[in-house]
Amino acid sequence: MPPVANTIVSILFDGLAWAMFLFIMSVGLSVTMGLMGVVNLAHGAFAMAGGYLVITATAKWGVPFLPSLLITFVAVGLVSVLLERSLYSQLYGASELDQVLLTIGLTFMVIAIYTYFYGPQPQSIRVPSYLLGELHLGDRSFPTYRVFLIVVGAALVAVLWYGFEGTKIGAMIRAAVDNRRMAQSVGINVDRLFTMTFAVGSGLAALGGGLASQLLGLTPSFAVIYLVFFLLVVAVGGSGSVWGTLAGALVLGISDTAGKYLFADAGSFVIYAVAVLILLVRPAGLYGRE
Amino acid sequence: MDASRPLAPAVGGDEVAAARSRALAFLVRRDRYRLAEGLPWIAAIAAFFIFPNQMILGGQTLIMILFALSLDLILGYAGIVTLGHAAYFGLGAYAAALLITDLHWSEPFSGLACAAVVAAIGGFFSGLILLRYRGLALLVLTLSTTIMLQQFGNLFRDFTGGYDGIPGITIAPLFGRFHYDLYGHTYYLYCLGVLFVASFVVRRIVYSPFGQALVGIRENDARMHALGSPVHWRLVVAYTISAAVAGVAGALFAQTNTLVTLGVFDFDQSAAVLMMLILGGAGWLYGGFVGATLYMVLQNELAKLSPEFWQFGIGALLIAVVLANRHRLFGRFARRVRALGFGAKP
Repeated sequence: MPPVANTIVSILFDGLAWAMFLFIMSVGLSVTMGLMGVVNLAHGAFAMAGGYLVITATAKWGVPFLPSLLITFVAVGLVSVLLERSLYSQLYGASELDQVLLTIGLTFMVIAIYTYFYGPQPQSIRVPSYLLGELHLGDRSFPTYRVFLIVVGAALVAVLWYGFEGTKIGAMIRAAVDNRRMAQSVGINVDRLFTMTFAVGSGLAALGGGLASQLLGLTPSFAVIYLVFFLLVVAVGGSGSVWGTLAGALVLGISDTAGKYLFADAGSFVIYAVAVLILLVRPAGLYGRE
Repeated sequence: MDASRPLAPAVGGDEVAAARSRALAFLVRRDRYRLAEGLPWIAAIAAFFIFPNQMILGGQTLIMILFALSLDLILGYAGIVTLGHAAYFGLGAYAAALLITDLHWSEPFSGLACAAVVAAIGGFFSGLILLRYRGLALLVLTLSTTIMLQQFGNLFRDFTGGYDGIPGITIAPLFGRFHYDLYGHTYYLYCLGVLFVASFVVRRIVYSPFGQALVGIRENDARMHALGSPVHWRLVVAYTISAAVAGVAGALFAQTNTLVTLGVFDFDQSAAVLMMLILGGAGWLYGGFVGATLYMVLQNELAKLSPEFWQFGIGALLIAVVLANRHRLFGRFARRVRALGFGAKP
């Protein structure tokens, strides 16, 4: 393969893996933000909690990797329901500042708890051997784990697409994002809908955290370090939309990877530059409405 | 507060005249210096004599008060929620540090002025773009601006020292004659003096017609547009001033710490100043005094036990403050404090 094509394939492949990860992490944030307008800065904390739960489940309880991901999704989803009912429900109709402060406060508490129990040093995760190594395709080889990440991401896109476009609950969510008061007046219980989407979104974030710890390493500050990427994806994609999140994740994931491949040190600017440019043209994001 | 609504249409000429004079009296009285406003300064001077061994912490507290004051102008008065105010603190810190280490100009006050100018330029150009946005986009973009600056500093690490920072920042004696002692006494008085001047300036701004326009934008920006107020420009000017004050705080930080690292741009820094302001009360000139002092003292005491304990505590405190505000638990208390004469909420 000529070197240019080789680089392009690498960028697309790694970019796609990174984009799928961003999608899994951000989709819940986007939909809950679209539903209730709650800016949840603690979303990264759910992801971090998920990462630690997967590590504990695989290392301490001897649960295999894939089931532990599922357990994490369910467990963090359930815990998030408790938090939603007790804390987040206070935020409906609150000012943006109150939302920011309360969720920053929550993030700090979660980081402190995890630092206390796990320490600040990075934790590694034992991934089963069939996910390690490389897959050979033609004259190229791809890291199996990233292929796995892309497959999981694609499967989740398909499931969420069906859930959003093909089920009654999906239709209710779309209606409520579109016009909450109208949805309420035709008898949709938006509060319960929000609790459900919040749980699924947090569960997905936790799943993403579990998947990410192999690639990114896991420390308690994961909750803050990667938060800006999730927020960028939601802002660029436009809140309240699965497609927007997918578009935002693809654009940012691939451009970030391209920047790091092509410009070395300065490459980490590319994701911000792209995001700022898109927001300059479309302040409400690619799929957002003014 | 009848006087605050003097513009309601009145029927009789006398009533209009009476309403006008009430409004005028309110406007004249509003920015009078009240006795209670001396309290923070008396406390700061008293602290100097009562806790002579804590002056290093004291100096850092004064710097954070100044930083919180700068945030108050844009967040408390103009109502712009930002997650990236550390950008201007950091710009000021680096400007002051590089002035000393690279240009060998170590006179402290001109260092502050230089930092203020650099931060103001940064605030003006970023504000031109940032302040077009509201909501999520604004939060994300302010956060991104700060991270970009940090990355930028890391990219030119030959110049900025990267995450290892610029060591060995030493300033010339104050006014050419007051030297700095190990216990931070001179630094404390230096910071106190700068804070006093900056507070005076910010107070003048807040009570000026310009300050009122900012409050109008916070309360109802559509209406300010309708009244013909140049909303975007007002915000850009306020943002520039706020950045300059934050830059001065950053410069003080650099001058008194002898070391600046890219850590000044951390999200934690932006979050910390936000917390300080909220703990003390935003939209109130002395919110930074109360909040930053509380924050720094608590941090100092709790972090001794364990850093996690401190982080958990500050998170819980923040949630408690937000919920208490939501349920108006502080309403009566805040009114009492204001009644003491700390200045009516403009």
